[in-house]
Amino acid sequence: MTVLIPAASIQAQDGKPVYDKWCSGCHGDTGAGDGYGSKTMLPHPRDFTKGVYKIRTTASGEIPTDADLRHVIEVGMPGTAMPEWKSRLSDGEIGAVVKYIKTFSPNSFTQPAKTIAIGKAPSGAGIDEGKAAFQKLECSKCHGMAGRADGKSAPTLKDDYGNPIRPADLTENWKFRGGNSVSDIYTRLRTGLDGTPMPSFQDAIDNKLITDEQLWRVAQYVHSLSPEKPPEPREVVRAARAQTLPTTLDAPAWNGVERFWVPLVGQIIAKPRWFAPTVDGLWVQALHDGRTLALRVSWDDPSKSPDPTWDQWLGRMSQTLTDVDGPLATQQGPDRLVVHFAKNPNDDSKKPYFLGGDAKSPVYAWRWTSEPRVEEGTEAGLGKFTASPNGHVMQSARYADGQWQVLFTRPLVSTDTTQAPSFSPGHAIPMAFFAADGSSGEDEVRGAVSTWYAVYLDVPTPTRVFVAPIAMLVLSAGLGMLLVTQAQRRGRGDDANGSSHMEER
Amino acid sequence: MRRMMLGAAVLAVGVWGCGGSKGDASNGSTGGSSAVAQSGGAAGPTGNATVSGVIHFTGAAPSNPKIDMSQESACQSKYTTPPTDPQYVVKDAKLGNVFVYVDSGAPSGKYTASAPTEIDQSGCLYHPRVFGAVVGQDIIIKNDDNVLHNIKAIPKVNRGFNISQPSAGMTSKRSFSSPEVMVPLECNVHGWMHAYVGVLPHPFFATSDSTGAFAIKNLPAGTYTIKAWHEKLGTQQQTVTVGAGETKTIDFTFSGPKA
Repeated sequence: MTVLIPAASIQAQDGKPVYDKWCSGCHGDTGAGDGYGSKTMLPHPRDFTKGVYKIRTTASGEIPTDADLRHVIEVGMPGTAMPEWKSRLSDGEIGAVVKYIKTFSPNSFTQPAKTIAIGKAPSGAGIDEGKAAFQKLECSKCHGMAGRADGKSAPTLKDDYGNPIRPADLTENWKFRGGNSVSDIYTRLRTGLDGTPMPSFQDAIDNKLITDEQLWRVAQYVHSLSPEKPPEPREVVRAARAQTLPTTLDAPAWNGVERFWVPLVGQIIAKPRWFAPTVDGLWVQALHDGRTLALRVSWDDPSKSPDPTWDQWLGRMSQTLTDVDGPLATQQGPDRLVVHFAKNPNDDSKKPYFLGGDAKSPVYAWRWTSEPRVEEGTEAGLGKFTASPNGHVMQSARYADGQWQVLFTRPLVSTDTTQAPSFSPGHAIPMAFFAADGSSGEDEVRGAVSTWYAVYLDVPTPTRVFVAPIAMLVLSAGLGMLLVTQAQRRGRGDDANGSSHMEER
Repeated sequence: MRRMMLGAAVLAVGVWGCGGSKGDASNGSTGGSSAVAQSGGAAGPTGNATVSGVIHFTGAAPSNPKIDMSQESACQSKYTTPPTDPQYVVKDAKLGNVFVYVDSGAPSGKYTASAPTEIDQSGCLYHPRVFGAVVGQDIIIKNDDNVLHNIKAIPKVNRGFNISQPSAGMTSKRSFSSPEVMVPLECNVHGWMHAYVGVLPHPFFATSDSTGAFAIKNLPAGTYTIKAWHEKLGTQQQTVTVGAGETKTIDFTFSGPKA
């Protein structure tokens, strides 16, 4: 359904059918951000009646430009439910929607918006200077020392509506609402994100506390906290074979082990469903030594649950997400990580249901909580866990700077395969994850899930792998020599004929 | 602490300009302060009548919530006793921080403040907590704490703002373009910090001081609806008529929240 409208004659009312069809489900018929999809979302959809917008190129408190509104519609808001619309709507339709949503707040859009002048990033490396300015501006108060949204003020943050709101996790810049280029970040620092606790730092420049160049350096530093490119999920986590396994969580040997990104999404199938997960992905590393599997899992979670300083956060979550399958717990539970494995891991054809299996086909699970402890057992659907009497999985855990790191180890061979499967090298063993943040009301079912991934244990390289090429080399070299020798022998006879040919010329 | 009190005293000293002629030098009993000058057009008239009074408080004074400032030693060190959030300023059955203003009856005409009003962040609290500003009047926002504050205005009628002041000595200047009682100000770094500014099209407002006293000065003769607003206890109103040069006394009584 493409409406062709000449750009010059676009009227706000031309945007109404487009808005009603594509936007109102979340943003509401009257633009109040109260569509039927809004209740479960966090952040809630934008309320257009206030005329307050996060992503702008205008000063704090000012209305956005049409280009600002168009940009957000075109590219969406990463890390939220707002998708990109450029591939679905025409330029004309987007232009009409821009005009239409402004009519929801006629008192705000009375004058043209004024874009602030955004220069260019200074050249040269200034990451250290950026870090110093980042510290001077006390960005860590909200964003945390390592940028993982775990600053001291983080549990208290709310938006203009009193909804709980998280600072950006600066180590995951692919989720920055307004884009992750250095220029995007700089613009957000200059303008702030209206409606949120993120202020504009314009006055820090005006007061000569920092220079404009230093603010650019902050943007460069923030940009540097994330991987160069968003991590690509890969289905198979490789467990390389090591001579010896690192014995501790912090062993430097882990730095050399490949990291695999496993994205997680809200668990919105089993009830109670959960649309606002705290954990959005895990970094997984695996090694084995032929006897034991070691799995190191790291994930960002701004709270080490339970933590009394997060009580008010849980209170806000309860007030804000009232309509999602019943009330949240009134007390914070622990943080959780459950690792699911197919119970019959060598049978690739039949994977159990990904949400922790079901009654017919349960999964084998490691259930970790932040006491910290881990149990091993069987799960027949999320939360329906039965511990095994004699589990062998061990854990060690560390929480620092807004991140959990947990190291699991388990012997490859199971002493009781009715309870726990053996892990055989050479097979891709189906593996899935569930993570929950107790401070946000997440529990055994409310949380973040992955689909099935797999862990592949490298097979030990057999001796013949090394011997065969050498044998072949020797053999072919020997045969070659033989051929050459024979050819030379024959060639001596030919030489006489050859010279006669020459003479014929 | 001394510095804070000094700041409050400075803020309490207001100078009313009065149609270009000299007005009262001060209205020391009120927190509202702004000089008013006429700047072309139909300037709003002023006079020499006064409406003053006392805000009474009945019932047991609620205890103010304790503030855990342990994350901010720079602020905590400014207190000798554990800081509390001064939602209720009650002393001898009198209530402070009540914003008293002319809600209706003020003459039409444009009032322009010639001097700014100020709000200071000190000890991770706002000083004053409750104050007024004329539409368009500059509000100077100062940071007396060597910590990061953000100052976020969350109006319903006006445009808001959210600015950061990461260091002591910083000042910012903002104003509001439309009348709005009250515009909440808050700091998100320190979630306990709240202030309220009443934005009016005229300068006829005051804030009750720690003895509950207020005085709205420089009024032209007339009949006014006076409203008294408290952040927790709501709004009351009375009507009063003053003649030229008269001082009328009206008192308000707020009772504490029911237990």
